[in-house]
Amino acid sequence: MNNRGFALYTALALVYAFLYLPIALLVIYSFNASKLVTVWGGFSTKWYGELLQDHQVLDAAWLSLKIAFVNACLATGLGTLAAVVLVRFKRFSGRALFTGMVSAPLVMPEIITGLALLLLFVGMENLLGWPDGRSMTTIVIAHVTFSLSFVTVVVRSRLSQMDRSLEEAAMDLGARPLTVFMKITLPIIAPALAAGWLLAFTLSVDDVVISAFVSGPGATPLPIVIFSKVRLGVSPEINALATIVVALVALAIAVAGRVMMSKEKPGG
Amino acid sequence: MKGKSLLEGGAGRFLVGLAPYAWLLVFFLVPFLIVLKISLSEPQMGIPPYMPLVDWAEGAFKGTLAGYRTLLGDNLYLLAYLGSLRLAGMATLGCLLLGYPAAYAIARAPRSRRQALLMLVALPFWTSFLIRVYAWIGILKNEGLLNMALMGMGVISEPLQILETDTAVTIGMVYSYLPFMILPLYATLEKMDLSLLEAAADLGCRPFRAFLAVTLPLSMPGVVAGCMLVFIPAVGEFVIPDLLGGPDTLVIGKVLWAEFFDNRDWPTASAVAVAMLVLLVVPIMVFQHFEAKRAERGE
Repeated sequence: MNNRGFALYTALALVYAFLYLPIALLVIYSFNASKLVTVWGGFSTKWYGELLQDHQVLDAAWLSLKIAFVNACLATGLGTLAAVVLVRFKRFSGRALFTGMVSAPLVMPEIITGLALLLLFVGMENLLGWPDGRSMTTIVIAHVTFSLSFVTVVVRSRLSQMDRSLEEAAMDLGARPLTVFMKITLPIIAPALAAGWLLAFTLSVDDVVISAFVSGPGATPLPIVIFSKVRLGVSPEINALATIVVALVALAIAVAGRVMMSKEKPGG
Repeated sequence: MKGKSLLEGGAGRFLVGLAPYAWLLVFFLVPFLIVLKISLSEPQMGIPPYMPLVDWAEGAFKGTLAGYRTLLGDNLYLLAYLGSLRLAGMATLGCLLLGYPAAYAIARAPRSRRQALLMLVALPFWTSFLIRVYAWIGILKNEGLLNMALMGMGVISEPLQILETDTAVTIGMVYSYLPFMILPLYATLEKMDLSLLEAAADLGCRPFRAFLAVTLPLSMPGVVAGCMLVFIPAVGEFVIPDLLGGPDTLVIGKVLWAEFFDNRDWPTASAVAVAMLVLLVVPIMVFQHFEAKRAERGE
């Protein structure tokens, strides 16, 4: 038994090494003075300096954050409504089509979604004169379309596990339906909404393929800039950028963890 | 109104459903109809690079199956389709072989440590996917860290060509999708009733046989769920084969990309998309539908 336990923990340690070693190497080599990414030329922070001068990268990062924020809000709203429809409305005409459309983006290769949306935008532009070229708007629309499904999955499971007697009690006490939803249902499913929002934000900020189709010269989000740089070869500047991203994510997770722990404690 | 929630009343129901329904119709269903339409159009030099399907002036239907005939006529597309299936299959197998022991170890760890161990698996997902794939370029290339380390240790005398091969693509996919395998596996392994293993041991079953006879069959739902979560994104993947694979790495995602962006052949790109939808996405959705039905009956 002890031997088996040892073997299992070794396997687990190897998996963690596999998951974290590449990220650790990125971080270490971002402080490399040498331009050759794999030769250590001494400690330096010059790539961070160069990165902060790179307006293309900075503008793209700011655009990506804006897109991700708007996308997360819209996707959470629409995804929550879709989850309510799926859990609470058992029968209505077109339910099968709706269920299919909500779950399809989860299995749809991004490259097809991207192509389809670009062709839609081109068609609409020819027909209606809108949208005028590729912009932040087209990227947001595309991101909402695929990320709302992920929000729906998260909210749907919380909603279907929820104790409905609380809503019934409120209604028996004369609360109006909208009040019941705002005061009872929404607070109960709020953690799922928060999780869905974060997921939608992450999916958007990380997306390469769909953005490649629906972005244009005027609106290039960060992953597209990184992707075209990476295609030209490895550069220490990208290592520096990667390190900053990893640091920000680690910080966000630490804060989120703190908040969740402090919230869970009083309740037991 | 009393006794009926907003969500069950007629008008309220309609309004709640309207926004997501309309959004998905306009931005999800209609685009696919457009892809279908363009896949039947004739390419032309110009903007847009395809001919209208119906010539309204002549009242004639101008559709063509030329795009689909290209797919059947050229081996490239069949090879790319098979290449995608093969690479996704290898990545799924790799994830399963690495992920199963890890999920098992976490599920059998002391209860107080499980959440933290699981968090460590999920954390990399929240950092950028693109950056994690990029990290492997520096490791796998000829003068990369792996080759330097192996040569330093005297294991090899010349650098191994790993980057720009299918091996690199598989490593990249396993790395990117491993958490998707471990999480569902953990969920089923953790729920398992351990007294079943005690019963097997009492009846004289050796631990390894007990694993094969009890644990493995009981964890099958997790295995299926994990494999689907890895296989589905891997089979349509573009970024990993593009960055880690070489010119010989033939996958359907790269072919579609090249038809659209490099050749500007919209009808053929659309035909590839339609074929991909019919041959990959529809079977996956049908499979998932039956899996869900089976799970409902099983529980």
